[in-house]
Amino acid sequence: MSTLRTEEMTLNMGPQHPSTHGVLRFVVRADGEVMREAIPDVGYLHRSIEKIAEKVGYHGFMPYTDRVDYVCAMFTNQGWGSACERLGNIEVPKRGEYCRVIAAEFNRLASHLLSIGTMGMDIGAMTPFTHAIREREMINDLIEELCGARLTFNYMRIGGVAWDLPPGWREKSNAYLDHLEPILDEFNNLLSYNKIYVERLANIGIITAKEAIDYNLVGPNLRGCGVKWDIRKDIPYSVYPDFDFDVPVGNGHWGTLGDSMDRYMVRVFEMKESVKILRQALAKIPSGPVLAKVPRNFKPPAGECQIRVESARGDMGWYVVSDGTGYPWRVHVRTGSFAAMGIIQKLSQGLMIADLVTLIASLDVIAPEIDR
Amino acid sequence: MEPLQILERVKNQFGDRILEVADRKLDPFAVIDPKAIVEIGRFMKNDPELQMDCLSNESGVDYKDHIEVVYHFFSYQRRHTAVLKVKLPRDNPSVETLENVWKSANWMEREIFDLLGVNFEGHSDMRRILMPEDWQGYPLRKDFVEPLEYHGISTVRESPIIRLDTKKK
Amino acid sequence: MPLLNTLPDYVLTTKTDELLNWMRKSSIWYMLFGLACCAIELMHTGGPRADIERFGATPRASARQSDLMIVAGTLTLKMALRTRLLYDQMPDPKYVISMGSCASCGGLFQLAYSVCDGVDKILPVDVYVPGCPPRPEALTEGLLKLQEKMMTERWLSRGPNGKQIAAA
Repeated sequence: MSTLRTEEMTLNMGPQHPSTHGVLRFVVRADGEVMREAIPDVGYLHRSIEKIAEKVGYHGFMPYTDRVDYVCAMFTNQGWGSACERLGNIEVPKRGEYCRVIAAEFNRLASHLLSIGTMGMDIGAMTPFTHAIREREMINDLIEELCGARLTFNYMRIGGVAWDLPPGWREKSNAYLDHLEPILDEFNNLLSYNKIYVERLANIGIITAKEAIDYNLVGPNLRGCGVKWDIRKDIPYSVYPDFDFDVPVGNGHWGTLGDSMDRYMVRVFEMKESVKILRQALAKIPSGPVLAKVPRNFKPPAGECQIRVESARGDMGWYVVSDGTGYPWRVHVRTGSFAAMGIIQKLSQGLMIADLVTLIASLDVIAPEIDR
Repeated sequence: MEPLQILERVKNQFGDRILEVADRKLDPFAVIDPKAIVEIGRFMKNDPELQMDCLSNESGVDYKDHIEVVYHFFSYQRRHTAVLKVKLPRDNPSVETLENVWKSANWMEREIFDLLGVNFEGHSDMRRILMPEDWQGYPLRKDFVEPLEYHGISTVRESPIIRLDTKKK
Repeated sequence: MPLLNTLPDYVLTTKTDELLNWMRKSSIWYMLFGLACCAIELMHTGGPRADIERFGATPRASARQSDLMIVAGTLTLKMALRTRLLYDQMPDPKYVISMGSCASCGGLFQLAYSVCDGVDKILPVDVYVPGCPPRPEALTEGLLKLQEKMMTERWLSRGPNGKQIAAA
């Protein structure tokens, strides 16, 4: 028995699979438990949002942007709003920008909580998931009071936000942040520093900084490779220059730089930074109007522009071409998840099948963002 | 560097292969000869002044008389952006792939092929990515007509309100 | 004299059909099948606040072990064929809840070229839950409605081909 004959087999994973975060499909070529490669097959949630933009006009497209990335819809709102504002040369009132930042950072917290919670679940820990969902429900309550929806917010408008903060909301938010901060530490003690958890994530799916840039990874995935890059800091937009916050990067503390654990930890630390931003924003918010005067039949002059915002999944680029009519000629969204899916085929080579699940979770891909 | 300076620098290097440097509204861009895209791409990536290490976006636009492929380049080292465009005919549009220069081009080019029907020569895996393999037509083209059914599933939904209206009459 | 009063406290009387239905409705296993935005609300429904497990509904990963398919989200044409395949894998008796306006009628995405406007074009639907997305409470309500429907079913009077025999 010096050599044991092995044979490659092809496995199908998805589109209905509990760990694929939506509808993704992988064709896995495996030899035993070790993958030769996993070939992603996407498009099961392609809802032609870019084509719909050409039919519904600038204002009418705002609810659709929610569905581009339903886990952090505030950022897609903000991206579309600021792209239109840049095209139409509209200035958003200061209070409107603050409202945007506050809503968006709350949404980032909610998004990261979901990402972290499901990551625990994918590894087999059910309890952290319920903890994360509990916190998310509270954020959803706050956001619901702000804009009336729990998931697809449609809060922002071209030229600002739809409604001002409700009375008493700032105090409630501050109280919630006081409640959240110790919970984050508790969460770390419960999950992040758990030995089994670390063993499952450290040294898995290592991406070098050069590769990450080459594959166009963005957001926490890029920062997990040690690249200190955050659009909020480096190409400042909105009122982010007013706030003092850090950009956490991966440091390879648990294994190798750029592994799944680094990407995970970046998200955990980012939540703390979001809390920091929120506290400053809630304290500093100026008075004034929240919505600029924008004509109902909004017709930006012909031209094109790209706007980049830092969403929870990284740099989200809105490329809008206007031909001077009330309908955009072309809208294209460049999203973080789409790029992240492109690297999975390469990363999966030589990994165990069970590690594919953690790899997908650590890249935090969301199906509608890939397919749009 | 400012976007216009970058485009000027590329223009100085490549001369008449840059067909047009336009600064119309908002983002300035350069229209280049489709045959030169890989050469220009390599130059932009390796030039010490430009160092465009990231192809941040690649998208296609249908202008009814021609199709444009738009490249957004970005440099993490120098923190500047540049936009290049190639104009292609609507019948059998084809341009060389940038996959060998930036890996991220792989999926973005597949998406453009899928939705706009632009063929990328030399691409390693030119298949449909979002739409089903047996889909007919390129949906993001302006003259695309939605098929009435797909594998026996009708794509039209009768509105119940309209149906009630017709019954009343 | 009614029969009930003659029996001791620990004896219950019921109909066999009702007993069967009561057991079935208290252990609806639904398939983990999130398609789009509604999937997040589906997760919240299973989460600590809405806690759908109170009603005996618990998620299963495989279609072959589930009684209920909650179609949570936009059904694209590419996915529609696979959804039919999954439905066929589920053992009888099986139920479908169409969650959200996209699954019910296409919703916002009726304008889209790649979306199947409504899951009822490919599957029989038992309960429609409106909303975009429906709140967890709404989905819970949908589940309760499904339980009501289950309670009305008659198993003993059912023929071998699954068709109801005329009521006795």
